[in-house]
Amino acid sequence: MKSGSNLERVLAAGQFAVTAECGPPRGADPEKVLKKAEFVKGNVDACNVTDNQTSVVRMSSLAGCLLVRQSGTEPLLQMVVRDRNRIALQSDLLGASALGVRNLLCLSGDHQKFGDDPQAKNVFDIDSIQLIHLVKTMRDDGVFPSGEKLDGAPKFFIGCAVNPFADPFEIRVPRFKLKADAGADFVQTQCIYNMDTFTRYMEEAKKMGLHERVKILAGVTPLKSVGMAKFMNKMVAGIDIPEPVIKRLADEPKEKQAAKGIEMCIEQIQQLKEMEGIAGVHVMAIEWEEKLNEIIGGAGLLPRPVVDEGETER
Amino acid sequence: MSISIVLLPCTGRIEEAVLLRAFEKGADGVMVIGCLEGDCHYVNGNIRARARVGRVAGILETIGFGPERVRMYNLSAGEGAAFARFTGEFVDQVQTLGPSPINLARGQQNQESTEEVAAT
Amino acid sequence: MITGTPKPIEEILEMIEPYEKIIVAGCFGCVTVCRVGGEKEVQVLASTLRLAREAGGRPLEIREVCLERQCDPEYLDPMRPYVEDYQAVLSIACGAGIQFMAEKFARTPLLPGINTGFLGVTERQGEWAERCQGCGDCVLHLTGGICPVTRCAKSLFHGPCGGSVGGICEVSRDVPCGWQLIIDRLKALDQLENYGKLKPYKGWSSARDGGPRRIIREDMI
Repeated sequence: MKSGSNLERVLAAGQFAVTAECGPPRGADPEKVLKKAEFVKGNVDACNVTDNQTSVVRMSSLAGCLLVRQSGTEPLLQMVVRDRNRIALQSDLLGASALGVRNLLCLSGDHQKFGDDPQAKNVFDIDSIQLIHLVKTMRDDGVFPSGEKLDGAPKFFIGCAVNPFADPFEIRVPRFKLKADAGADFVQTQCIYNMDTFTRYMEEAKKMGLHERVKILAGVTPLKSVGMAKFMNKMVAGIDIPEPVIKRLADEPKEKQAAKGIEMCIEQIQQLKEMEGIAGVHVMAIEWEEKLNEIIGGAGLLPRPVVDEGETER
Repeated sequence: MSISIVLLPCTGRIEEAVLLRAFEKGADGVMVIGCLEGDCHYVNGNIRARARVGRVAGILETIGFGPERVRMYNLSAGEGAAFARFTGEFVDQVQTLGPSPINLARGQQNQESTEEVAAT
Repeated sequence: MITGTPKPIEEILEMIEPYEKIIVAGCFGCVTVCRVGGEKEVQVLASTLRLAREAGGRPLEIREVCLERQCDPEYLDPMRPYVEDYQAVLSIACGAGIQFMAEKFARTPLLPGINTGFLGVTERQGEWAERCQGCGDCVLHLTGGICPVTRCAKSLFHGPCGGSVGGICEVSRDVPCGWQLIIDRLKALDQLENYGKLKPYKGWSSARDGGPRRIIREDMI
């Protein structure tokens, strides 16, 4: 075991893993996190806590992780390289590991232009792929990237994100390979709506054997309405919602669209579960955490397995 | 109102600085008359002049002189009547605007000095 | 070249408010080429300031000069005999030129008349774009001649990020994705294998992060 995290154990045992995410609040109220975490509890193997997503200032990811754990769910720390140089990154990694956080997702982070503080200085000292390498070096070699020996190596199950729908398509799998080469243990994908493109992506990834090196968790987000679908398709870079998907929602009367969105999400999870090389799903129910149980249960993925350390030693 | 005519081989020769200098020298308005667009002997001198006149209008607006004090017209050499009409029109426009702020300031200063002399 | 944009006249007027007699100094270097600080711009700015000041009842005396370069000592020397006859110098050279003049003329206040921009190119008349951040450790041979530090909004070394759509950066519809450009060019050069290599963490000490920089060429001293 590299980290001993629950997520790592579930995946190592060959179980189909489930993760979700919690966005920390725009304030210091811990109850907000605990409330969201209640919806997550029991439905997932680990729960991502986002790191100032879209550059909007929120409670820190590490604090959110501790609150999520307090409520009984294993946290997964998201860390972006937008706001911290390599000194702060290393320091926060050591701190997170010391506090018992065992899952990590290495990201570049949305440009600060999108958030509250577009005038902020951006850091990008190293990029997300170099962050993967940095964590792996610290974990496996027990040294800082500078070469100095660590007084106790951090333990992380190292994750990364990929977006099969961003451009150029031809570089998406090679870029995934770079993340595998850098040391990623698992990957969570951007929300998938275009299954054709994703299937092509997976074919390429499998040709390179990436599914054998990195556990692939397919990202899904239930659509609440046609409006949401159209908005995401148009406004969010790297989201591709094909017309037939939008049409299926549009064919429903307004009040039934949310239920349809959940039904479609469940259907999609079941499809993904049958795909070779998919090790789990990452369910991003954006501001809709209360539906996680319905979605994950509906997909037949409950209860979540309990895997002891011993069962994975093979 | 008096008009000084400055002859140049082409309006393309007119720099922004030349137009501004005219205001420094006391002009209340400056009209730039170039050849018809498409008829420039130097290909696009009058087009450049139009852009420069536009930039000077912007500067005059910024410093409170008003952009209407400078204007570009296009005429062919044979259009005497049109020249007279445009000039009349521009003179009317400038007269409505009144003296430029710099001429007003200069006038006031002269008055002040006169008053000063009177006081002694 | 080093590019720049004129400061708003209102801001300059506020800066020169305390003075009655100043020098407006241009530069025949980069700022002449990008039409922000050359001889013509000196004339226009000086005229504008004189007009505004006199109209406001406080005439301003201006000496208009344009130096060959404000960033080389020999071109600053000719100003020495008269610079102290003026209360301030309003320079429309780049920030380097303005500072160098400030160093040379210790008792004269130096005022910036432009906002210095970036190291860039003229894409077309009136439009300049950034190409180099002077990071001190060039990698253009690996990236198809397109700089990831400058052209990628996140300065990624393994781009493009998920925000690249149709060759456009998520930051703005007017910004091409630097990594799309790199990949297109690597493909055209048949060098796509360069993409698949992990690149070491960039050393930023040769960039501004290492503190103010200096180049000493012993062979030239």
